[in-house]
Amino acid sequence: MIISILLLEGPYNHEASDSAYHFTQAALAKGHTIRGVFFYDDGVYNATKLMDPPQDDRHISKRWSELGATGIDMVVCVAAAKRRGITNEVLAPNIRISGLGQLASMIHESDRIVTFGD
Amino acid sequence: MAEKGKKVMVTVRKAPHGSIYVQESIEVMFIFATYEMDLSVVFLDDGVLALQAGQDTKDLGIKGFMASLGALVDWEVTKVYVDRQSLKDRGIPEDAIIAIGKDDDSGAPIRPTVLDSAEVAAMMTEQHSIVSF
Repeated sequence: MIISILLLEGPYNHEASDSAYHFTQAALAKGHTIRGVFFYDDGVYNATKLMDPPQDDRHISKRWSELGATGIDMVVCVAAAKRRGITNEVLAPNIRISGLGQLASMIHESDRIVTFGD
Repeated sequence: MAEKGKKVMVTVRKAPHGSIYVQESIEVMFIFATYEMDLSVVFLDDGVLALQAGQDTKDLGIKGFMASLGALVDWEVTKVYVDRQSLKDRGIPEDAIIAIGKDDDSGAPIRPTVLDSAEVAAMMTEQHSIVSF
């Protein structure tokens, strides 16, 4: 199955980001294709390279970057990003900023979209 | 307007103003309407509070989205529904919900179509994708 992920919450504050990440990994392990991950609302905060959590805890933006490095399309909504100060300057690697049209494309090209929120 | 493309439903289930979800879901609706998809929007649970008439966020210092909701039909978002039970549970009369547009000929207000929960459920099973706010 081809699956797209929509993430509406920022990192650490809510479990949504972790749930989205682990769901994505589980889907890949089962042989599904992840068409893309779209970050909207506070989800855009997942994409900052300035994240500096304690060493003994998971680094949420780094692991999204690692996922992006495998070729999965990691897209941050430009409108939500502008509102929240997430710019190209602070973007973690292998993640890009684009429009809500990319969400429409992801949905069109997927069998399912799964929303992770609060 | 285009009814081709996959059936996609946007659900709005959270109350407005206390969080941005309702407002940012409307931006999604506007963009989706410009793409080739058969878009439906359903307000249910606390989301129906967004449809109450007479809201004014001026004193909150928030821009608010009420004008955008009134322009949904202008933006080609025409399949807009609201769950009857959710309105009833919150004491909102069906005729007290806002207009999302105006009829071109008569000028009469167009309101979201009120549906029973079973109808909403049936509509959901027909969708290719559901995006939940």
